[in-house]
Amino acid sequence: MDVFFQQLVNAIVLGATYGLVALGYTMVYGIVQLINFAHGEIYMLGGFGALTTYLALPSGTPAGISLPLMLVGGIAVSVTAAVIMERFAYRPLRSAPRLAPLITAIGVSVFLQELVRNFYPHARSARNFPQLVNPDYQIRLGSNVQISAPQLLTVTVALVGMVTLSTFVRRSRTGRAMQATAQDPDTARLMGIDTDRIIVTAFVLGAALAALAGVSSGLQFGQVDFHMGFITGVKAFTAAVLGGIGNISGAVLGGFILGLVEVMATQYAPDPFSGGAWKDAWSFVVLIIVLVFRPTGLLGERVAARA
Amino acid sequence: MHPPRLVRIAAPLLIGALVLSACGSKKESGGSSGNKTLTIGVVAPLSGDLSAVGNGIKNSVDLAIKQANEKKTVKGYTLTMDAQDDTAKADVGATVAAKLVASSGVVGVVGPLNSSVAKSVAPVMAQADLVEISPSNSNVDLTGRGALVTGGTQVRPYKSYFRVVASDDIQGPFAAQFAVKTVMAKTIAIVHDKKAYGQGLAEAFAKEATKDGATVLKTETINPGDKDFSATITKLKAQKPDFLFYGGEYPEASLLTKQLKSAGLKIPLMGGDGVQSDEYTKIAGAAAEGDYATALGAPTDSLASAKQFVTDYAAAKYADPIGPYGAYAYDAANVIIAALAKSTASGSKSGQALRDDVTKAVQDANYDGITGKITFDQFGDTTVKVLTVYQVKSGKFVAAKTDTFK
Repeated sequence: MDVFFQQLVNAIVLGATYGLVALGYTMVYGIVQLINFAHGEIYMLGGFGALTTYLALPSGTPAGISLPLMLVGGIAVSVTAAVIMERFAYRPLRSAPRLAPLITAIGVSVFLQELVRNFYPHARSARNFPQLVNPDYQIRLGSNVQISAPQLLTVTVALVGMVTLSTFVRRSRTGRAMQATAQDPDTARLMGIDTDRIIVTAFVLGAALAALAGVSSGLQFGQVDFHMGFITGVKAFTAAVLGGIGNISGAVLGGFILGLVEVMATQYAPDPFSGGAWKDAWSFVVLIIVLVFRPTGLLGERVAARA
Repeated sequence: MHPPRLVRIAAPLLIGALVLSACGSKKESGGSSGNKTLTIGVVAPLSGDLSAVGNGIKNSVDLAIKQANEKKTVKGYTLTMDAQDDTAKADVGATVAAKLVASSGVVGVVGPLNSSVAKSVAPVMAQADLVEISPSNSNVDLTGRGALVTGGTQVRPYKSYFRVVASDDIQGPFAAQFAVKTVMAKTIAIVHDKKAYGQGLAEAFAKEATKDGATVLKTETINPGDKDFSATITKLKAQKPDFLFYGGEYPEASLLTKQLKSAGLKIPLMGGDGVQSDEYTKIAGAAAEGDYATALGAPTDSLASAKQFVTDYAAAKYADPIGPYGAYAYDAANVIIAALAKSTASGSKSGQALRDDVTKAVQDANYDGITGKITFDQFGDTTVKVLTVYQVKSGKFVAAKTDTFK
């Protein structure tokens, strides 16, 4: 049973990152029906922003000071990139056919990757990320079940981010305006909601959460690289669709289910379909089954087609 | 109105190409002091991530040519070098190979560095029967050895392709013998990335390790590009291995060894030449300590016979270091030079006749190089299969054992 519980811990850590990034996909989709494929790169930029902050700090800064500053630095870079991206790549295409912003998103994704690869110093190969939280520090949860300090940090950061977002969307004025815009942008505008501002807010919140995930990935694996956003982005997008794209709780649920399926498939899937290389195949089997029975995803609501 | 515009663009390009090709053919005609000129080509990555290694190859060939000219090894001829940048890409490799083949003064080529590039260069060279010696390719298919792995008959795919290092099907078993007989590994976990190189290496390792008496656990696979290997590690940990072999490259290997040791599974990781990189120790840090990796050939600084070469290379003040394959490139160039001397001794030949003769002479080569004796089997593989196991000590790969595979 120890192995099972250890794998459960692994699944929660993996799912937390997926869920955190999936929230960005789902919020933007919920409001502007845009699949922002460059969101993975926002996650990557968060990691690089934190690394830059760390390198700018005088060496010997205690982790208690540098870590919060790195989080702020990562969020600042991601949010700035997301706002610029929304303003110059997506807003001009707001009334264009849906395919145009989608292709633009892929272009932005490639652009951001190449930007980092070519202009960030030594970013052609992976850059070492400071391991401020020692991965060898293991917290025992059972006789043979453990979680490393950076893994625990990842889960904590993810849960705090998710709860804060959920509270913000449900309780705050801006949050309710976001819900209104998602339900019916035209009526929301008639009621005096500045929808442009709401759309930017969705991008900003998504970017901040992705930055948190990017920084915790850097801390967990000790490196950041320019293509780290691609795979995580694809997985997070899958998680968002699985949970019901457009639904905030769905993104979190989808993230954890995806993490669980990947990990458990690695451990328990029957031969010859076991092992890490098959885990993604199992994830998509689950996705397909869910979509066959619930085309809108687990928590997705049937949305009336817009004119 | 499109055709005229096309002509306007195409005409200068065409003229430019003609001028360039004119420049190219000028090189072939006779050099100074009545000597005729022969050219040895180099195909290697001279720009990009692998440029340091590629330039080490180019400089070593350059050195061999300069020394041969001083000693007048090929009587009546002056040798020159034509180095082409393949940028480590297969398509660029094919283009520069065609360029070398078209230049009739080129009578032999050293390179390329990458097996993937070799797969597109070798067919072009073979068609023109232009001899090509690689200082570093390890892919089994380049000499048809892939058939041996699956139990078939070896057929040589490229008649003018040779290499002076051992192939991957030797590297895996070599690593396995070291793991079982020297490290005394009993229960071995095997992980690979499902790519041709990684899977081939891991399968060859597993077969030999089982034969040598170790218990080999069921092979686990990961995806290239993944970062979180905790599920795979948890699964392996429950089976209590005392050694792990990884078939793949350093980006995943470095993260794997780090997470392995963080999870409390403190066993050495061993990989092939894809792992033997400074990047591996840089990323993995302290977790890499004690890990192993094999590499082709012997380390240049350990070869007594290569001392003079190392001194001469330093004296020539090249911008890039010798690198892991410089000594092999130097030997490869010297094999071609010796073949040229033999082919031109019996009278003046040129063009295709000379290329045919040089290829034949390389096939029969019996040359005392700085890396050891160089002879080729009928498939173009070196008959001397020297490999080295490296171990990470104080954050650096240090040669632990250099041996000939038996």
